[in-house]
Amino acid sequence: MQQVAGQTETVPVHYDVAWYKRPETRQVFKTILFFAIAIPIAVALILPFLWMVSTSLKVPKQIFKFPPIWIPNPIQWQNYPDAWTKYTNFNIPLMNSLIVTLTNIAGNLFSCSLAAYGFARLRAPGKNILFMLVLGTMMVPMWVTLIPQYVLFARLGWTNTLLPLTVPAWFGWPFFIFLLRQFFLTLPKELDDAARIDGASTWGIFSRILLPLTKPALATVAVFSFIGNWNNFIAPLIYLRDPEKQTLALAMQRFQGTQGNVQYNYMMAVAVISLIPIIVLFFVAQRFFVQGIVMSGIKG
Amino acid sequence: MTASTATQPVKQRKLSMRQRESIDFYIAIAPWLIGFFLFTGGPILFSMIMSLTDWSGLTTRNFIGIQNYVTMLGQDKLFWISLKNTFYYAFASVGLGTFGALLAAMLLNQKVPGTSVFRTLFYLPSVTSGVAVAIMWIWMFNPQVGMINYLLSLIGIKGPGWLNSQTWAMPALIFMSLWGIGGNMIIILAGLQGIPDHLYEAAKIDGASKWTEFRNITIPMLSPVLFFVIIISVIESFQIFTNVYVMTRGGPGTATLVYVMHLYLNAFEYQKMGYASALAWVLFLIIMAMTLIQLKASNRWVYYEGDTEGGE
Repeated sequence: MQQVAGQTETVPVHYDVAWYKRPETRQVFKTILFFAIAIPIAVALILPFLWMVSTSLKVPKQIFKFPPIWIPNPIQWQNYPDAWTKYTNFNIPLMNSLIVTLTNIAGNLFSCSLAAYGFARLRAPGKNILFMLVLGTMMVPMWVTLIPQYVLFARLGWTNTLLPLTVPAWFGWPFFIFLLRQFFLTLPKELDDAARIDGASTWGIFSRILLPLTKPALATVAVFSFIGNWNNFIAPLIYLRDPEKQTLALAMQRFQGTQGNVQYNYMMAVAVISLIPIIVLFFVAQRFFVQGIVMSGIKG
Repeated sequence: MTASTATQPVKQRKLSMRQRESIDFYIAIAPWLIGFFLFTGGPILFSMIMSLTDWSGLTTRNFIGIQNYVTMLGQDKLFWISLKNTFYYAFASVGLGTFGALLAAMLLNQKVPGTSVFRTLFYLPSVTSGVAVAIMWIWMFNPQVGMINYLLSLIGIKGPGWLNSQTWAMPALIFMSLWGIGGNMIIILAGLQGIPDHLYEAAKIDGASKWTEFRNITIPMLSPVLFFVIIISVIESFQIFTNVYVMTRGGPGTATLVYVMHLYLNAFEYQKMGYASALAWVLFLIIMAMTLIQLKASNRWVYYEGDTEGGE
């Protein structure tokens, strides 16, 4: 009791401390300092985007002004439709990008969730060795398999088609298998047992019990698959020569080709359009980005 | 006798259930397994064989033993240049990037209002990679009217030619990579939030300074996460390609000719498929070696909490 009394006596003491040493004041200082550091960094990080948008809306003679003009005058909205269809038609690359991206998401979700379910839940001889193989292939640089894959697809006559970009996704992707397996392992095994007693088959348990519970992890895979395929540059560069077959990432370089006379406003307009899906997705699904990156990072 | 006949059917049924499960397992992983043989395992073996030939992708191939590897190490000056450039890029971007990500994560780990907004803003650039971003940075680095040189001119510095300069093209690519440290920042931030508060409270009672707390609590507790971030970043930066291809094509001269760019040119522009396969294998070995060296070195600085508990 005496100790408690002693403590209550010491409480007022910190009001005798100089005002700038009090905890509340320090918290205010800390907050101000935080904003003083964080705001400039955030501005610096967002600045390239702002300048890109600004450039995309300029008339040619304002593009090369120095010092740069931040707010275009006039605001040339017409740059967007012009960039998109005037010199070359970007609708076809956009369609190709959408086909590749959506097919890959579907393929990844299908093949990786199945394999992950197998590795997380089913018992079979050779399972551990096969799982080591999954982990092992995550370490192999894509450049080792790229050339033989190219030879394979060329032999099949698949160059200049979207097939080399869309078919492999249906055959699993080690990183996603690993991610989903980790998630399946967090679900209680009792769910499976209860369903099995009720007469559910292996596939019934998978599709009706576990998959619905795996939605957050599936969303994470879908988001990563979207980003990876939307931004993919190397495979389109190698397989797609015909302009009719190019994806957006590849076709975007068209304005760059004419050296010396680069139309930066058009180039930026197309770049802005191609970034919009990513940025929208980022704000809508930020939770799944963070979850995926942390799951792969920490629990790995 | 009756007992054994009674258990027999049960035993058989159990066995078949086990078998059923095994079959289901192999059905479940069949897509991946087929894909492994077709797109990964098979190609790896094929690549190894190709690296021992002079195949151009078109003509018949001749077995030339380790000639490709001898040429690479002995005669191909660009191999050594590309290797040097890649090490330059990897060390600078991973070193500065990890340090920057750590500082950013510590900043956002403060208990002040508004951190979640800044987390979003800091993280955003790292998800927008690819050609669009490379094009954006070409424009940022424009020597005459680019934003970077404009900002430098405000503080009285005349900016260099960046992507047109032999000296500054590589620093430009490294600088650009720092823009995308948000992903690593998120991983480190999660690591920081996993450090139990009672450790800091104990340190405070002992009268430890902020620096001591950082040295003796934050870094050791965070070291497994930092280790992971560094390993992954090194592997990624050794394979940098898209930015180089779009922004400089390896130039000016050979200033930004990174390893994978050299490999790409040999395989798909010079039609030296055999030689490029050898380059790919050497890349694989370099990455493996780098990872092993880091694993070895990690004993000195990475602290696993479970380890000491188990040891004591």
